[in-house]
Amino acid sequence: MATAPLLTATPSGDTLELRPGGSWTAANAATLERLSGDIAPQLDSAGIVKVDMAGVRELDTLGAWLLEKMSRRATSAGHRADIVGIADNYSGLIDEIRQVNRRTPAPVPVRNPIVTKLGEIGRGTIGASEDITAFLQMLGSLCIAILGVLRRPRSLRLTSLTYQLYRVGWQAIPIIVLITFLIGAIIAQQGIFHFRKFGADSYVVDMVGILVLRELGVLIVAIMVAGRSGSAYTAELGSMKMREEIDALSTMGLDPIEVLMLPRILALICALPILSFIGSMAALYGGGLVAWFYGGMGPAIFIARLHEAVSVTHFEVGIIKAPFMALVIGIVACSEGLRVKGSAESLGKQTTTSVVKSIFLVIVLDGLFAVFFASIGM
Amino acid sequence: MQDTSEQFAIRVRDLVVAFRRHVVIDHLALDVRRGEILGLVGASGGGKSVLMRTIIGLIPRQGGEIEVMGAPINHDRATRSAAGRWGILFQQGALFSSLTVRQNIQFPLRENLMLSDALMDEIATAKLEMVGLKAEDGDKFPSELSGGMTKRVALARALALDPAIVFLDEPTSGLDPIAAGDFDALIKTLQKTLGLTVFMVTHDLASLNTVCDRVAALADGKIVAIGPMRELLQSEHPWVRAYFHGKRSQMLQPKAS
Repeated sequence: MATAPLLTATPSGDTLELRPGGSWTAANAATLERLSGDIAPQLDSAGIVKVDMAGVRELDTLGAWLLEKMSRRATSAGHRADIVGIADNYSGLIDEIRQVNRRTPAPVPVRNPIVTKLGEIGRGTIGASEDITAFLQMLGSLCIAILGVLRRPRSLRLTSLTYQLYRVGWQAIPIIVLITFLIGAIIAQQGIFHFRKFGADSYVVDMVGILVLRELGVLIVAIMVAGRSGSAYTAELGSMKMREEIDALSTMGLDPIEVLMLPRILALICALPILSFIGSMAALYGGGLVAWFYGGMGPAIFIARLHEAVSVTHFEVGIIKAPFMALVIGIVACSEGLRVKGSAESLGKQTTTSVVKSIFLVIVLDGLFAVFFASIGM
Repeated sequence: MQDTSEQFAIRVRDLVVAFRRHVVIDHLALDVRRGEILGLVGASGGGKSVLMRTIIGLIPRQGGEIEVMGAPINHDRATRSAAGRWGILFQQGALFSSLTVRQNIQFPLRENLMLSDALMDEIATAKLEMVGLKAEDGDKFPSELSGGMTKRVALARALALDPAIVFLDEPTSGLDPIAAGDFDALIKTLQKTLGLTVFMVTHDLASLNTVCDRVAALADGKIVAIGPMRELLQSEHPWVRAYFHGKRSQMLQPKAS
């Protein structure tokens, strides 16, 4: 049914007669564009352009537009363009196409590149300060929600809190245990391998114990939770925002912060210390196993060395940080979720931002805590 | 043989679609003539969208045959990727939210044809103007469009490759009566200009009355009545009677007195 498109041009005196033929449809788009492009220069010179459509077997918008474009080119060069032999069933289409693309859209004004760059920097700065404002605003509304709950303890969403605790706490245990176990094992192996050179391999226990309890246990777990649960919070709240569910909550006289964010953030604050503890234990266990099988240090000796090397202080230093990190992850995740706009792309962007920002802030916070604990001598 | 495939755009024979044991489409037969606007009505959740999605090969069927423009349809990649054979207007528009309106319309062109960028822009603008929008609207993102504009852009995208058939899933739902009326008129105009066959799932009694050449009623998984609107108004089938003679449908009744 579909036949190859043709376009023959026969100049006779001042008249250029064009005879398009075959299927002028989107299926032959590349050929058609070439054909009409080839003929274009001849259009400028001819006095009268006559297009005889009798040979066209099929025509669609694309074909009709290409023909219209040719006749417009001739007209704009000050010549006459006649189209004859239009089949009845295509006359409507050709009339329609004559109307389109008449108005050239206003050209986009070209901006000075330096001004554009300065604008970008300015917007970036404003964006950064807006981030801080959003964080503080979320922290403030969270405090208000907590005060509200303290005044009316029944308004705490216990079901929601339990469910979130199950999701971010209980369900996270296997992966957290696996990762921290491996980290502990790797640290112990590296320590033994390098310490052995100067006969200090028994100090590996000190290193693993202090490193895991003070820093790595909580940091690794916080980063894992930011990636696992923080991103889930942002995506959930973001899609609720997109589907106007958060607006629906507000119109029912409920505070979205209290209903949605408080249970989530409280669940994180409860779960992260527990997960950090479990993670630290798994890391010590991994370290102990490597010390036994790789370093030849039996479990009894390992535990005895550990007992000497670490004190409760080390454990406290680590675990005190956990709720604060949870707070930062929760606030960042929720406030990024609320900043999602209408599109799917924006949801993805805010989720990425949430994870990147919360991991960054968790590490910064860890550094601040290190300075603080050093200055108070813990 | 020749004249049946010339005459009918869509032929459905003995179609059965079921999800587990729940039979949605039960030995259904339906013919859509070339160049007509067919409206499909049915209860909410009664299988209208399932029928449409089965015809375009998105849902597997348990039995029966489907032919679109003389070509058999199956639930496989080959059918689904037969771009250009049909255009589909999804209920919510289903515009790609990360692309501008112009890029949305150009997407099928870009994927299927070898065209220069300049020509592609001209075609996109032409389509935009054909659905009653302005060239400047092409730079907007879908999230910046109103409901009526979203539907128009989605229609422009459905028409990008000049398909012979367009499937419209509730094209006027969520539009105010004026916008819905304009959209009906647009469908009618485009159907005439482009010689389209339109398969339209709708609940809008006004658009059934004004633009559809024929109306098919789907109940209990079968087409229980099909024909021009006035024939359906006389149908004796209880569901069809309830649909067209309910309180909301009073405006369609011929004045008795």
